[in-house]
Amino acid sequence: MALALTARGPGPVPAPLRSKRRRDRLTVLAFLAPWLIGLAVFFIYPLVMTVYYSFTRFDLVTAPHWIGLRNYQFFFTKDPKVWQAVRNTAWLVVILVPARMLFGLGVSMVLTTLRRGGGIFRTLFYLPALAPPVAATLAFVFMFNPETGPVNVGLKSIGITGPLWFNDPAWAKPALVLLGLWGIGDLMIIFLAALLDVPKDQYEAASLDGVKPWQRFRYITFPNIRPVLTFGAVTGVIAALQYFTEASVAATVASGKANIGEGIGTTLGYPDGSTLTYPQWLFVKGFSDYALGYASALAVLLFAVSVVFTVILLRRAHAFTPTEESLR
Amino acid sequence: MKRQRFFATLGAGLALATVAACSGSSTAAPSVPPSPTAKVTGTVEFWHFFTGREEAAVKAAVADFHAKYPDITVNVRGGQDDEKMLKAIAAGQPIDLALSSTTDRAGKFCQSGAFKDLKGYIDRDKLDLTQFPDAVLAYTQFNGVRCTLPMLSDVYGLYYNKAMLSGAGVTDAPKTTSDLTALAKKLTVFNPDGSIKVAGFVPEMGWYENAPAHFAPSFGSKWLNPDATSAIGGDPSWQEMAKWQKDLVDFYGIDKLTKFTAGLGQEFSADNAFEKGKVAMVIDGEYRSAFVKDEAPTLQYGTAPFPTGDSHTDLDGGGYITGNIMGIGKGSANPEAAWLLMRYLTTDTDAMVKLANAIKNVPTTKAALASPNLEADANYKTFLDIFGNAHSSTTPASPTGSQYQDAMADFFTKWQGGKVSDLGAALLDVDKQINDALALATGP
Repeated sequence: MALALTARGPGPVPAPLRSKRRRDRLTVLAFLAPWLIGLAVFFIYPLVMTVYYSFTRFDLVTAPHWIGLRNYQFFFTKDPKVWQAVRNTAWLVVILVPARMLFGLGVSMVLTTLRRGGGIFRTLFYLPALAPPVAATLAFVFMFNPETGPVNVGLKSIGITGPLWFNDPAWAKPALVLLGLWGIGDLMIIFLAALLDVPKDQYEAASLDGVKPWQRFRYITFPNIRPVLTFGAVTGVIAALQYFTEASVAATVASGKANIGEGIGTTLGYPDGSTLTYPQWLFVKGFSDYALGYASALAVLLFAVSVVFTVILLRRAHAFTPTEESLR
Repeated sequence: MKRQRFFATLGAGLALATVAACSGSSTAAPSVPPSPTAKVTGTVEFWHFFTGREEAAVKAAVADFHAKYPDITVNVRGGQDDEKMLKAIAAGQPIDLALSSTTDRAGKFCQSGAFKDLKGYIDRDKLDLTQFPDAVLAYTQFNGVRCTLPMLSDVYGLYYNKAMLSGAGVTDAPKTTSDLTALAKKLTVFNPDGSIKVAGFVPEMGWYENAPAHFAPSFGSKWLNPDATSAIGGDPSWQEMAKWQKDLVDFYGIDKLTKFTAGLGQEFSADNAFEKGKVAMVIDGEYRSAFVKDEAPTLQYGTAPFPTGDSHTDLDGGGYITGNIMGIGKGSANPEAAWLLMRYLTTDTDAMVKLANAIKNVPTTKAALASPNLEADANYKTFLDIFGNAHSSTTPASPTGSQYQDAMADFFTKWQGGKVSDLGAALLDVDKQINDALALATGP
């Protein structure tokens, strides 16, 4: 059939053949329909609407009013807190993501070397990942309470004055990183699977050649697990750009302030805006200040940055498959 | 070519959908609803913010309403906040009646049309608005649009621990902020390591009910000009408030204060610091007395108007007033029944007094305030007096909601942390933030 189609000249296509091709295309479309509908309804349409709203003044209730580029102008020149939110989110991308990657890789490498009890340790390291983020953050804030938390009480017993953790602008984000490291199980388990998948014969050959541990990692382990590391980095960066739940729960609980009837928008960022992330600020503007037009502009910019980050990461890491060159 | 046609069709469809979605409804002009010809029946979806003990009191009031109007069923949904309510209304969810805990968003609710304009109902049923005090009437409308009615109010004053004060040889509550500072220092107890054991008064802004809005009436501080632009930078009373607050923060040290407050219980729990005797004096609403009765019945405490700024002693007796505001949702499926329930909860003297007695909020009609059934002990009466005082005030409604207060709260966080070197310039910067936000929300 393929031969017949490609050999066809520029003349008119016979009617039966046209009909069959139409049927084939309709069949393909029918099979693709669920995905196409999902893509259109849950991605393309919201994206188009978000871009449209970003050029309007829109308070959720009344009809949007076109204001051109004023939302973007406000973002770059007048929003008093957005750059703090940008800095906090960038901090999480630069510190939290690599810290989780390194810690997850380190833990999984240690676990591959265990001769006994590996299953128990794998379970122990994975378990925190099963805790719901809200409950885990709640527990962490109480554990790191500067006055009554067991961490500072323990530090005090050995003569160290612990920091204020979630109540100190300088320590709040590092405390969130500790929370991220504690819940490393999700990353650890895929790194572990990738490490166990590295061909043993390559290690044996290297061993015969007398390579050092670092060379072993650099020239055998790393090239083999690079696709998984890339996956971890890409998903980690995207998650950091969307970081919301842990920071909002930590801020609300640590502030000790009730926001009954007012919504969470009133306590986000505590202390002193140090945990205010970009998506949180987007939420505050959209649903606490009812400036959905401006929030849409924030969302468009976040989307653009996410795309750029992802493309750069994928290009730098040669995508998800190890190449001959990388394995050489 | 076919592929291009397919994507062109998809794009056209999306564009059509976009245009259709963008031509959404605009705020309808208020119309006088006709008198219901038949008996009002059906279901009312009623959203409010109360939880726990207070939610039970609301349910009891609604049960009384149902007994009076058995043909109307009310679905009561407690624990809802303003963000959720507005999202639900915008999404077309038929919330018939909504109760917000703050007046801060009255401007937004009325201006956007999220709550229906009540003028038609008020005119038709000849509802007497003079039954509400003037201050309450002011905070339940915006720019001439009355989209809410008041259902109880919150009044703020000083709570003090009588045992601690008498232990220090003091019998009367402080009258000025200097008195408060001196007494706070006297009542504060430090641990041997220098940390705070008991605080006389926690001045840290953002802790519990410490908010610029709650202190503002004691200094006569002005928030906004009539055109909703900021008046903060040009009002010297804000500087007086900031300096008083920072002096007391510096007495403790911000790090010590933060560590101390981090170890205190949550505000609305039985571990509340005032109820536990960890703090001698706090600013709080009248509702605290009901919590004390429930959670710390043996606590000996007194109440008083919050001390005035040293140069504002003429404001003695006043305080901050805010309130719960009730509106009929834009997409209400049963507005007539919602209006009936709203009238019952906001104007029926017995219902209001019963609710006020249960949750110790201040009634918002003159008749309920004067009712002999209103249980008013000495502590609660303080708040009734503040409510009626001519110097009491509330925060103004703004098209930007509470953004102007948020800007001020952000300033205080930096100020108390020692990150502000030029107080006047910092307050002018707050002006700019507020005015920029206003321009974005209301500009051409």
